[in-house]
Amino acid sequence: MRKIFFVILSAVFLVFSPGAAFSQTLSSSDLIDNAGLYDGKLVTFSGEAIGDIMKRGDFAWVNVSDGKNSLGVWMSASLAKEIDFAGSYKTRGDKIEIVGVFHRACPEHGGDLDIHACSLRKIVSGGAVPEKTDFKKIKLSIILSGVLFLIWILTLFKRK
Amino acid sequence: MILKPQLEDVKIIGFYLGKIIMGLALAMVVPIFISLCCWEINPALDFLVGIEISVMLGLILVCVCRTDKDLNWMQGMIVVSLSWVAAMLLGAIPMYLSGHWKSFLDACFDAMSGFATTGLVLVQDLEHISYTHNFWRHWIMFLGGQGIVVIALSFFVRGFSGAFKMYVGEAREEKILPNVINTSRFIWLVSIVYLVLGTLALGVTGILIGMKPFNSLFHGVCIFMTAFDTGGFSPQSQSILYYHSFAYETITVILMVFGALNFKLHYHLWAGNRKELVRNIETRTLFVSIVAIFSLVAVGLFQTGVYPKAIVLFRKGFYQLISGHSGTGFQTIYAPQFSADWNPLALAGMILAMSLGGAVCSTTGAIKMLRIGILFKAFKEDLKRIIMPERAIVIEKFHHIRDVFLEDKLVRGALLITVAYIILYGFGALVGMSCGYPFLGALFESTSAAANVGLSCGITGTGMPAALKITYILQMWVGRLEFMSVFTILGFIFARIKGK
Repeated sequence: MRKIFFVILSAVFLVFSPGAAFSQTLSSSDLIDNAGLYDGKLVTFSGEAIGDIMKRGDFAWVNVSDGKNSLGVWMSASLAKEIDFAGSYKTRGDKIEIVGVFHRACPEHGGDLDIHACSLRKIVSGGAVPEKTDFKKIKLSIILSGVLFLIWILTLFKRK
Repeated sequence: MILKPQLEDVKIIGFYLGKIIMGLALAMVVPIFISLCCWEINPALDFLVGIEISVMLGLILVCVCRTDKDLNWMQGMIVVSLSWVAAMLLGAIPMYLSGHWKSFLDACFDAMSGFATTGLVLVQDLEHISYTHNFWRHWIMFLGGQGIVVIALSFFVRGFSGAFKMYVGEAREEKILPNVINTSRFIWLVSIVYLVLGTLALGVTGILIGMKPFNSLFHGVCIFMTAFDTGGFSPQSQSILYYHSFAYETITVILMVFGALNFKLHYHLWAGNRKELVRNIETRTLFVSIVAIFSLVAVGLFQTGVYPKAIVLFRKGFYQLISGHSGTGFQTIYAPQFSADWNPLALAGMILAMSLGGAVCSTTGAIKMLRIGILFKAFKEDLKRIIMPERAIVIEKFHHIRDVFLEDKLVRGALLITVAYIILYGFGALVGMSCGYPFLGALFESTSAAANVGLSCGITGTGMPAALKITYILQMWVGRLEFMSVFTILGFIFARIKGK
């Protein structure tokens, strides 16, 4: 009976305490639009690591995009090491799930809206995305070159 | 009696428009170099198609409308305004072909936003765009900031009297050097010197904050071009928030302020005349305006309690304010935070800052400091007239490079443009409200578009109605050219119908 009471009490504390955790993955729009609601809370956010992994001493900044917005995630350098690929034109970044404390205006980082990561889980590994040449574009540029050449010849005749 | 424009007028306009379009095609060669460096094939093809279409159009216009005649005022103004429309349509081609814009209208929106140094964006998945297209976005801002016609004047035109007419048409009535071609070249010299210094500063900072060397250099060039030209595009969708760096923010603030200063003032500072900075009516007005409006924004932000520390409040409030006042549009907060976290007082301060802008003959848009200074002086003169005896002669002077007597003609000119801008801000806000957006948000976004700022409170997006996209495109165009050259087109059409 005591055990059951303790479990219920812990659950109530977890849900209603200021540092309550949101186990359900939240979108960037949820977090930005309701920043006041989630401020200081433990949140779960997932998305693709993009751009640069910016190491700052023992920590690092990783920008994570869920397709709508990118959020800055502050994490230990050891956590950041788990990210192998960051998204760019020729790279699909690792899809990661972050559990961390959300800040509407982080006092440690000049008021930035950010997440301080406690844990990181790689959901899908990224990788290089080879560029496939678009032959339709090649055809179009060849046709246009021909038309341009024709116009140029005509302008030469007109000048004479 | 209104004279009906003749076919000859159309030919002259077409000929010079064709030349400027050829210049635009040449500008598209630069991204092709980037694509070769980064080995991006499809983007290179996008720009090849863009160049081919532009050269074709330019060649046809130059050939069909060939003339030796010089431009008159009306023709010069029309060439300028049509050049910007042509730049938007042709500049949007490679953008649309990349597949990062949902429609050609969206690509046109971003192209006009770029050329007009606004900074509002509709691009999709910016995180995965090619270096080539990303460079183009920033490059058109740099070209637009210098003035598309100024570029043509600098490189493609060998001195003709119509040059000054086009120069004025691009909202640059001040000549720095006696010759307008030399003035254009000086503007380029200033920009290129700052480009090297600014890119170095941003590039080194980028490496120090943990970016890869190539990326830091690329971002450095791009951010410099859009900061100094008070544009506001950035290589990543998070704007300056991407870097999470106080040093990066500080450098961009310095560049934005430099961009907001008059090129004529830069010339005097370079010549060693540092006193001009303190004496000039524009810098004085800018300083007073920043202090006064920041006080408003700070009180507003303090009331919200969003930012827990004074230093944090200062960093966020001051950055957005300088970005808005200089007409840049960099953000260190997310767009919806303006509506969600900032209160109406802080937003009103931002709208006021955006509506005023920087100096004349700079890359900023909006009403501009010289006009505000002149109106303030006129107000002071009228007050003096009321207070002093009737027989007293009241003379008001101001210092702008030299001492200038305040004449009614100057006041009238300043007032007309100010009123025109206020109407333009209001018009966009009305269209925004008619599309269902709240008053303050609609006014914020409208002012941002018309004043070529680029800050967004979340309205600008691919989902907004096409009518609002077109309205903002018109506002960016009219706002950048400061009305006269756009109104001349209307006059031309009117004369064509009613003229004899």
